[in-house]
Amino acid sequence: MKTTTQLLSTVTRIAIAVTLASIPLVAKADTLSQVAGSYKIQPSSRIGFSVGQVGGGGIKGDFKKFSGVFKLNPTSIGQSSINFTLYPDSVSTGQARIENFLRSDAVFDSANFPTITFKSTQVTQTSPNTAEIAGMLTARGKTSPASFQASLANHGKNSITFQVEGKILRSRYGMDVGTPIYSNVVQFDMQIDGQRS
Amino acid sequence: MLRNNKESFGLISILFHWVIALIFLGQIPLGYWMVRTSDFTLQFSLYQWHKSFGFLVLGLSALRLVWKFANTRPSDPATMGPLERATAHAAHVILYLSLFIIPVTGWAIASSSPLQIPTFMFNLVVIPPLPLGISDSAEAFWTAIHAYLAYFSAAVAVGHILAALHHHFWKRDAILTRMLNPHRKAPERQLTQKVKS
Repeated sequence: MKTTTQLLSTVTRIAIAVTLASIPLVAKADTLSQVAGSYKIQPSSRIGFSVGQVGGGGIKGDFKKFSGVFKLNPTSIGQSSINFTLYPDSVSTGQARIENFLRSDAVFDSANFPTITFKSTQVTQTSPNTAEIAGMLTARGKTSPASFQASLANHGKNSITFQVEGKILRSRYGMDVGTPIYSNVVQFDMQIDGQRS
Repeated sequence: MLRNNKESFGLISILFHWVIALIFLGQIPLGYWMVRTSDFTLQFSLYQWHKSFGFLVLGLSALRLVWKFANTRPSDPATMGPLERATAHAAHVILYLSLFIIPVTGWAIASSSPLQIPTFMFNLVVIPPLPLGISDSAEAFWTAIHAYLAYFSAAVAVGHILAALHHHFWKRDAILTRMLNPHRKAPERQLTQKVKS
């Protein structure tokens, strides 16, 4: 009967472990349930990007004008969504000639395509405070799948901030001028501030 | 066949002369076109081609100089007077210097420009920038020097070409043909021409 005792002991240990492990999950769900709702993206957000170049360094900048809304549904993350619009005319790199080049029909062609949009199609939780946001990015009249990694930075009663990163292949949007001197990969590094709406 | 002798040029010297001449002269309309086009995508490519060919001229000219010092120089035809010789040699010195100074001033433009566009020669080799001050005024300064020297050297090259044609059609010596055929002896042509006329 020694084996029965051992088995019972093991079962008990597993039961305790499962109970203990579930406590933080419940606590997290409680916190996250407070953040459920619709949010408007605030101008305090930062939409930074960088493009690497051969020999090191590259072009860094950000977009000053953008708008968007997102819905959070923490109990069913998959129900969350985001719609985001970027105005490429507002690109800022600290170098006027580079900005003019980016706005021109060589890159954004912002005269003909004044907005770049992203609409999520699927949000998947990847850890207690991170998620993968897949969606469709439309730029310069071309739509192609894109995905971003969001991590919860902080949140209050009516506000929430995510750090969002993602890599976009500019060749998919007809913007591959300057490759291979400048990388085809645009690295986005964003801080998204949302205010409950 | 490959090396020069007292009367004529070898194949290597001839190839250096024509290949460098072709690229060097091609760079002038290319440079003229690239700064005037309003198509940014095309302009970016043209600049990169111009930079790549400029470094090719510089590299080939360095090899040519080594080859020049390792070979005898065919002597001038006896029919040339002292002033004619002095003028011809001065033109050769100016053209030789141009093959080095003009690419280096172009390198200075790329190095001093606030755009800091890397030089990726034929998308194969990264050429580091020269250690120069980076500013719009420095770029404008080097651009002006580069352009003036290019146009000046083009004028000297036109003189050089006219002189070669003068030798061929009026003086009927072998100055031009010895730069076209390895080891054609100068007196042969003089002799045949005399027989014909």
